[in-house]
Amino acid sequence: MEEVIATAIGVLAASGVWLILRPRTFQVVMGLCLLSYGVNLFIFSMGSLFIGKEPIIKDGVPQDLLNYTDPLPQALVLTAIVISFAMTALFLVVLLASRGLTGTDHVDGREPNE
Amino acid sequence: MSFMNQLIIAPILLPLLTAALMLLLGEKRRPLKARLNLLSSLLGLAISITLLLWVQAQGQASSIGVYLPGNWPAPFGIALVVDRLSALMLVLTGIVGVCALIFAMARWDSAGASFHALFQIQLMGLYGAFLTADLFNLFVFFEVLLAASYGLLLHGSGRARVKAGLHYIAINLFASSLFLVGAAMLYGVTGTLNMADLALKIPLVPEADRGLLHAGAAILATAFLAKAGIWPLNFWLVPAYSAASAPVAALFAIMTKVGIYTVLRLWTLLFSGQAGASSFFGGDWLVYGGLATLGCAAVSILAAQRLERMASISILASAGTLMAAIGFGQAALTAGALFYLVSSTLALCALFLLAELIERSRSANELPLDDDDCHPSPLESLHPPKGINLDDEQKAVIGQVIPWTMAFLGLSFIACALLIIGLPPLSGFIGKISLIAALFNPLGMGIPPEQPLSVQGWALVALLVLSGLASMIALTRVGIQRFWTPQERPSPALRRYECIPIVVLLGLCIALSVRAEPLLRYTQDTAASLQDPEQYVSAVLATRPIPGPTSQAASAQVQP
Repeated sequence: MEEVIATAIGVLAASGVWLILRPRTFQVVMGLCLLSYGVNLFIFSMGSLFIGKEPIIKDGVPQDLLNYTDPLPQALVLTAIVISFAMTALFLVVLLASRGLTGTDHVDGREPNE
Repeated sequence: MSFMNQLIIAPILLPLLTAALMLLLGEKRRPLKARLNLLSSLLGLAISITLLLWVQAQGQASSIGVYLPGNWPAPFGIALVVDRLSALMLVLTGIVGVCALIFAMARWDSAGASFHALFQIQLMGLYGAFLTADLFNLFVFFEVLLAASYGLLLHGSGRARVKAGLHYIAINLFASSLFLVGAAMLYGVTGTLNMADLALKIPLVPEADRGLLHAGAAILATAFLAKAGIWPLNFWLVPAYSAASAPVAALFAIMTKVGIYTVLRLWTLLFSGQAGASSFFGGDWLVYGGLATLGCAAVSILAAQRLERMASISILASAGTLMAAIGFGQAALTAGALFYLVSSTLALCALFLLAELIERSRSANELPLDDDDCHPSPLESLHPPKGINLDDEQKAVIGQVIPWTMAFLGLSFIACALLIIGLPPLSGFIGKISLIAALFNPLGMGIPPEQPLSVQGWALVALLVLSGLASMIALTRVGIQRFWTPQERPSPALRRYECIPIVVLLGLCIALSVRAEPLLRYTQDTAASLQDPEQYVSAVLATRPIPGPTSQAASAQVQP
């Protein structure tokens, strides 16, 4: 399982970085999205990966990390998802404003050969 | 828990509530919102000053106030901490905020929607970032202040702002991702996000995990260095800051200082001399990064044509100086750096405001807003441009200049320039001389240093002097062009609201020059307490939550 998660994070982050370096604004938005997915998975996996363990305390089960998974990374991921979603939405608005003002979707606001 | 402890959260709650109230007021009623904003900002400044006086009055031993917002003990719940460093930054934020706001009230606040609400949210993010003692909470406040800064940067709209804003947002989103990765790695290694608890856990990290810990800390630091404007992560800064409207740019003068503050705070806590095998990890990188920033800024200020751009580059120079000085990890040097931080932030804030007033009288098409393609052309502007009014003797008609406005602008410009170059008699000189003195005498004046000045130390001294020289050349040139070149132009009309903040900021700097000693003593105490993080750690971890009514009843039952 660690290998699968690690590969997924690596692929997401690599695609994200590649897309961020592209010249079109929409590609940059997609890149930032992919990167934030990779980062979210990364935070999640920092709480160490288990199958069939819950973060919520049950009656009769000893309260230690042998029986539960760490709830903190899950809370962090939730916050990070909300923030990155909001920031991406805001970035889209700026993208549209830039498209409207400059008439091009190049990140520099003008085509490279102009 | 006293009333003063409760006051620690006030700088965060006050702007939040003010911003919420302003959103309820709707788009109309701008004068009312402006007054509300000013009132709230002044109140925030007053609270910050109260906190500073309180922290200072407590004396050396326990000069730290801790507030537990969730009433959970420190490693589990979020803690807000005000110590000398935080209090100093709070007051600085308050001053810069009020001055930028007064300037904006003259003209700029009507250039777009929701200026006042965004302004308050920005203040909330700044205050929160300076107060929090939790790594993830720091991330949240960073996002709050960044989200507001995106809106403020685009305030006034226009092509240059949108283009710079696009880059600014993309860079900062990427840096936020790095922040999350770094914070998650630190959590994975140490199992805590509380800064004080991290300082305790880092010496205990097993040798096998130390590489992971250092990697996490380095990734985290990259995010902060990008915000602080350290070369080569700072190419976004100059276009963004010089495109922003004047009051926004003035407020942003404190934003790079947030990056500096977090590096100083986390580095002195996490990798202090007591951190075992990780002591002073990465200090050399901070020094080299700072030196590279300072060198690049010194070169690029020579090429700048517009005053806004020079102010933005001066921000880089100031960030580089601070980062290099902090990286040495010496108390005397950090104290000098903090004094320099206060002086340079006030001066740069004033320069951004002043730049708009000086450039206002020039027509917008004379120099394009982004002078990427412009090369220095000192002689060209001495000839009358085409289309200028010529009198019978074919001489340019020199416009009538209203004396007091030009005198005010000129004198303020000279003061700003002196402060930024670091020439006597103003406080910029005191900041730089205390840095250089601390480099040569790390143990204090009169005590011979244990070892001669290192190569990095000499490099910093040389770059401090050379960057001052470069700033002087650039600012002198622009001053000659703007004030001494005869040109047909309308004399700038200044509103009272636009002069007050500049007078206040420069007055504070002059006060700092005349009475530098109290602040220097304060920064020395600050640096001394930063060198000894044990106080901070024990103050945070020893704070107990207030017992609630039920737990009081329960403890009464247990004890017969």
